[in-house]
Amino acid sequence: MSEYYRDDDLDHFKDIAKHRPDLFEKFMQWYASTLQEGALSKREKALIGLAVAHALQCPYCIDSYSQTCLETGSNPDQMIEAIHLASAIRAGSTLIHGLQAYRTVDKLTM
Amino acid sequence: MISFEQKLNQHGYSKFLASEVKTLQLNVGKKCNQACKHCHVDAGPNRTEEMTRETADKVLLALQLSKIKTVDITGGAPELNPSFEYVVTAAKKLGCHIIVRCNLTVLLVDGKEHLPEFFRDNEIEVISSLPYFLADRTDSQRGEGVFEASLKALWKLNQLGYGQEGTNLLLNLVYNPVGAYLPPDQASVERDFKKELFERYRIVFNRLYTITNMPINRYLNYLHKSGNYEKYMQRLIESFNPGTIDGLMCRHLVSVSWDGNLYDCDFNQMLNLPIKTIESRTIDTFNSNLLSGREIETGLHCFGCTAGTGSSCGGTIT
Repeated sequence: MSEYYRDDDLDHFKDIAKHRPDLFEKFMQWYASTLQEGALSKREKALIGLAVAHALQCPYCIDSYSQTCLETGSNPDQMIEAIHLASAIRAGSTLIHGLQAYRTVDKLTM
Repeated sequence: MISFEQKLNQHGYSKFLASEVKTLQLNVGKKCNQACKHCHVDAGPNRTEEMTRETADKVLLALQLSKIKTVDITGGAPELNPSFEYVVTAAKKLGCHIIVRCNLTVLLVDGKEHLPEFFRDNEIEVISSLPYFLADRTDSQRGEGVFEASLKALWKLNQLGYGQEGTNLLLNLVYNPVGAYLPPDQASVERDFKKELFERYRIVFNRLYTITNMPINRYLNYLHKSGNYEKYMQRLIESFNPGTIDGLMCRHLVSVSWDGNLYDCDFNQMLNLPIKTIESRTIDTFNSNLLSGREIETGLHCFGCTAGTGSSCGGTIT
């Protein structure tokens, strides 16, 4: 399994289009559009991408967005703040589900 | 790996030609009081190569006989060359605009403390590397304590009017990535530097130039040692931008080495890739008419200047 995620997989992302290339093409157009400068700057978008990459724990996205963050002018302090935020939201999201547990416990107990 | 020449051919450039020579860039020696990790010159305190007064006089004669009005002086730390002030003063008398690529810390070296006033008196444009506005990243590239010393030099230059509105004293900074990645958008990082340097240290400057690290010499060693070479080259080649070609610095400058040889740029000089115009390959035979329109020598490193928005001695190209 050590070779499950390969360094050069990102370079071969386009091979996904081997089957149903129309779907991949639509995905790429959409993806590229979301990265363009808009109401948010490219730097802000790269930091969001980095945070999401960590929340998803996707090694490809972590590599890619770490580089994009540097190339759009973020520094490691800013990057780790984004990662902490993603982590905190994940933790908070787990924790708040405790209310569901409370409700279930209340329903099941006297 | 595709060659730079092949890439140019793909974009319709069968020959890569210079335009009029407008700038003479002098590399007056490899001695430097720093030894930065990214340095394409491999400059350092132990280097001994330096332009002699005799060669400097030939440079001045070449300037006198040409229409070139910009002299861009680099090194090493060019200020450590004993003929530095002589060349500046004489070139100034010829009506040239002088640019000095100053590492800042040299202004604190014993015996060089008068240089800020010398710069001011000769209205020299100062271009200085400062890879980041935080100490750790600057020092990791340029050496322990360099950031603090750079701030002292910048304060001194600011006191004399450099970088201040209403003066002709230009102080431009250079950002280059601290690692194996491309520089960010120049305008965006300039805004960051202006805000952070002023708010943190009350330092002002005119422009910030982003420059791509060239895969040669010390930086090339770093790329190999860190396992980043293949990906970095791939990144440079994939980011090739044909819109940068017309503005490439090699098209309007000639680079003179410490020993008087001529090159298309400082990078070719370090790779010992001489100018192709065999009738004008040294300062003894310098002929700006022959050199204008010359065919330019290229190599893989040229992808460093054409990646993204481009990179030149004056920062972004497009």
